[in-house]
Amino acid sequence: MNKLFLTAALGLLTAAGASAQLLINGAGATFPQPIYTKWFDEYAKVDPSVRFNYQGIGSGGGQKQILAETVDFGASDGPMSDENIAKAPRTLWHIPTVAGAVVVTYNVPGNPKLKLDGPTLAAIFLGKITKWDDPAIAGQNKGVALPSQDILVVHRSDGSGTSFIFTDYLSHVSADWKSKVGTNTSVDWPVGLGGKGNAGVAGQVKQSPGALGYVELAYATQNKLPYADMKNAAGNYITPSLGSVTEALATATIPEDFRFSMVNPPGEKAYPIAGTTWLLVYAQQKDPAKGQKLVEFLRWAYSDGEKMAAALDYAPLPASVQQRALARVNSIKF
Amino acid sequence: MTALRARFMPPTMPAAKSSSLLPPVGSPWADRTFKWAALLAALTIAALIVLVGWELYAGSRLAIAKFGASFFVSSKWNPVTNQYGALPFIFGTLVSSLIALAIAVPLGVATALFLTELAPQKIRQPIITLIEMLAAVPSVIFGMWGIFVLVPWLRDHLFIWLKNTLGFLPLFQGPIYGPSMMAGGIVVAIMILPIITSISREILRSVPDLQREAAYALGATRWEVIRIAVLSYARRGLLGAAVLGLGRALGETMAVTMVIGNRPEISASLFAPGYTLASVIANEFTEATSDLYLNALFELGLVLLGVTILVNIAAQVMLKSITGGGTGKVY
Repeated sequence: MNKLFLTAALGLLTAAGASAQLLINGAGATFPQPIYTKWFDEYAKVDPSVRFNYQGIGSGGGQKQILAETVDFGASDGPMSDENIAKAPRTLWHIPTVAGAVVVTYNVPGNPKLKLDGPTLAAIFLGKITKWDDPAIAGQNKGVALPSQDILVVHRSDGSGTSFIFTDYLSHVSADWKSKVGTNTSVDWPVGLGGKGNAGVAGQVKQSPGALGYVELAYATQNKLPYADMKNAAGNYITPSLGSVTEALATATIPEDFRFSMVNPPGEKAYPIAGTTWLLVYAQQKDPAKGQKLVEFLRWAYSDGEKMAAALDYAPLPASVQQRALARVNSIKF
Repeated sequence: MTALRARFMPPTMPAAKSSSLLPPVGSPWADRTFKWAALLAALTIAALIVLVGWELYAGSRLAIAKFGASFFVSSKWNPVTNQYGALPFIFGTLVSSLIALAIAVPLGVATALFLTELAPQKIRQPIITLIEMLAAVPSVIFGMWGIFVLVPWLRDHLFIWLKNTLGFLPLFQGPIYGPSMMAGGIVVAIMILPIITSISREILRSVPDLQREAAYALGATRWEVIRIAVLSYARRGLLGAAVLGLGRALGETMAVTMVIGNRPEISASLFAPGYTLASVIANEFTEATSDLYLNALFELGLVLLGVTILVNIAAQVMLKSITGGGTGKVY
């Protein structure tokens, strides 16, 4: 009886050992977590021998963990600063995956479609424009009844990639903002209340008459929030949409190392407040087996994965950028 | 053992000696093992607090070296220029906790009095169960209730009424947004109410009937009995309950961050938004990318630990001076 038990146990163990999967760990930004999760699920059907584990601990955490090499890849909504890149033990590459937009949501009687431009938005967030019927706003929205109410500004209280993209945009369109406040995932906001997460900002705006705040496009469409058309660098008022974000990416200047900002690009149909999210991978992978599987997954992501982005409200990369990203992936050594 | 008991409970029972609890004939090692195991457990808890404090200190060294004492008096919190100051957060933590205490202690003690002295036996247990359920509600739920129910009501009704009737006080002046220091204080008050009520109930229950009977015998009315025999006897314990409630209030994070407005500013008005130490750490920790930023957040954690310890010490000192070391017995 004992012998039978022992043989059965050994048999089980070897069977388990034979089907052991390779586990690849990643950590970082929460913005792309839904699409990455979808990619990992779908890729498990393509190649069952590898399993991915991703923890959405925030861009800051993602950058720290990849620098410490506790994970195989990191993810970040903002590009790493020069100071942080210098800490990497080997060459660390940024590879863009998908893009998203930040929209301006508001709460005025009737919630009409509003048009705003960069300098006006910056003035509102600097506290220079305080009323809804200010000439700067009324001038862009002829025929819309604006109340003579104070604007209640709502921003993010937690550090986030959404704030990074938004403050980046304001820094580009307003020299005042750039010198007084600057760009970061978390800044010293001159005016306004802080809400935690997209939900906090949206909830605050919905509850307070006269409020104005910023949220992710995906969040706004899923929750049917009103949002404004923004004037882009070419002078056109663009409605935020996935198409206008892909346009923005296509016309933005993208340097060799992919650390770029895509706000206020020159394109005719480009939406000005958009940003991409990156994967952080080492050019020379430490573990050959893991490195090979990771590269195969990334190749699949740029050929098949990108097609799934739109369904989850992410803007896929335009073809030109996909080619460049794929070229970078193909040069990863393992 | 006796000294600890005398802090909150009257020493009506004789102190038990450990040897009288054990059988006269048994293993000589059991006694010693139990003593050492208990000592180890106590030391582990003390060691944990010291370890937490040490880790916080180790993680905040950069910020301490850079800012020194100016960290405690500066109101700037700018992650872009890497300038940090803790003053608005200390102010926000203390003020919201004090508001919470001011609301929860009278309410909690009154509820406890009702449950021990005045309530008929039949409704006692349902009310106790209801209060305990309040403690079981997760703080995020309170936060959501705060955003969608409490804050609009405050903005549209209570704050306007306060401004009209008490607007001459600087506490009730200034623009009304909704999310405010007062909203934070009210939400925390609801969260610490169960702990204050249940501890106060235990304290009041431990007041011996002899005290009440003596007061009645002297011809006191119901309220006088409660005031003279019960409350003054239980003074120390009730203060202890308040201190425990305050300890919980200082650390409350999720519910507070959803209703307090998250603005690092110091203002005399209760209608103005504020920010607490726990909220800012919870909000900004995951995305803190630069080392100095992270160290500054660690230092805020150290400050929170320090504030909690200081407040507890101050409460103990206050306890000693009010009760004079005695128990407040009538006879």
